[in-house]
Amino acid sequence: MPQIQCNDLTLGYEGRAVLSGLTFTVNAGDYLCIVGENGSGKSTLMKTLLGLMKPLGGSIQWGEGLRAAEIGYLPQQTPVQKDFPATVREIVLSGCQGRVGRRPFYGKAEKALARANMEKMNIIPLANRCYRELSGGQQQRVLLARALCATQKLLLLDEPVAGLDPRVTAEMYDLILGLNREGVTIMMVSHDLEAALRYASHILHVGSEFFFGTAEAYRSSSLARRFLYAEGGENA
Amino acid sequence: MIETLRLYLSHSFVVNALIVGVLIALCSSLLGVTLVLKRFSFIGDGLSHVAFGAMAIAGVLHLTNQMLFVLPLTVLCAILLLRTGQHTKINGDAAIAMISVGALAMGYLLLNLFSASANLSGDVCSTLFGSASILTMTRTEVWLCAVLSSAVVVIFILFYNKIFAVTFDEDFARASGTRAEAYNLLIASVIAVIIVLAMNLVGSLLISALIIFPAMSAMRMFRSFRSVTICSAALSVTCALLGILISILSGTPVGSTIVAADIAAFFIFSILAKLKRKVG
Repeated sequence: MPQIQCNDLTLGYEGRAVLSGLTFTVNAGDYLCIVGENGSGKSTLMKTLLGLMKPLGGSIQWGEGLRAAEIGYLPQQTPVQKDFPATVREIVLSGCQGRVGRRPFYGKAEKALARANMEKMNIIPLANRCYRELSGGQQQRVLLARALCATQKLLLLDEPVAGLDPRVTAEMYDLILGLNREGVTIMMVSHDLEAALRYASHILHVGSEFFFGTAEAYRSSSLARRFLYAEGGENA
Repeated sequence: MIETLRLYLSHSFVVNALIVGVLIALCSSLLGVTLVLKRFSFIGDGLSHVAFGAMAIAGVLHLTNQMLFVLPLTVLCAILLLRTGQHTKINGDAAIAMISVGALAMGYLLLNLFSASANLSGDVCSTLFGSASILTMTRTEVWLCAVLSSAVVVIFILFYNKIFAVTFDEDFARASGTRAEAYNLLIASVIAVIIVLAMNLVGSLLISALIIFPAMSAMRMFRSFRSVTICSAALSVTCALLGILISILSGTPVGSTIVAADIAAFFIFSILAKLKRKVG
């Protein structure tokens, strides 16, 4: 039984389709990278999966008792967060919000969970620091710890290494891979095709052309070669 | 000076004004951080103008208890403004500007056309800048203010964690199962209540100052959401007390004296924050 099954999905804003004919499945423990050109609708797909917008057509089926409250999300940084006065502990704890339901305050279980996830992300020494004073990599680890408070099953990551330097980027990828090995399903929107091919088990390529399959199959496809070439050309 | 103060404090209306002033200052400071960071500042400003328009209508209709009319209308507008900001193609900022300026103009027009008062500009001035309305409240109004501001404080404490989650990252909160829309609605309604309350204290034009200054001052000094919230509440209460006392002693208008105290506190906190950074 797959965790997510998308059938002939059409996505877009205000009736205007950005993406259509999207069919793919995500199984527990998969590491799926969503790649594609800028403006190809990767973020739109993310928002739809998160339930922030409704699909224009097709269906999304959630399996294995996965509820909305069990998706962890690592968003791109918003301008609001740049000057938000909050400590690392407060932010990580807010990831438990989906668990407390109607209760007004966090209980012992939530506090313990937040602490465990801070330990896992190696940010215990930062617990009382202010979020806005941290480096980019530290901030991403804080948000990852928060996402882990919301889920143990499925993480959706939106450009998790954007703006990070190469060393911190590598650390971030290692962290994510570690979580995947522990059994957390990873779905990641990425610009970084090389890393996608190195770490992911499956690739979803959206945009003018469509591909869904294992990373192995993608590597040998003509689409990947053209796309890699185009990306390389941009960098050169 | 102490003697004069003791004399004033023996009057029950002065004591009432102090109690109500402190309560209003307390609840108006609580949502300041949320308002500033969620880019709701404009909504707060727009709503205060709407409240002025509603007050004018209530005045024209000769309602005895104006708050019972102004409050529901302002809450309704808060909800409407929030919806326009999110769902339609009309630019949210433009919609707010239109509604707020429109309410201001219509309010003044109505007062001019229908008011029986001999001192129209005095009335308008006291609605806009508060003047001494906090000192002339009826017993019912005092009770209403006390109950409403306590309700705001209780709601804020109960929903503190949810307000934090929705303010910090609305998308994440929604994705992890928090009903962000409902909480946005709650925040907007509470802001409307605060604005109607604060109108009694500082008048409709100065309300934003009461909401935003303590939060901005606290954000200079403190780093956690909790300490910023506590500090801005304490600061707001202190400034309101000082402002009311100074205005009674020296005969200045209550609202602008309180705001002047808030501004002074902001500069003191800015300087302290700079010093702290140099030392640390």
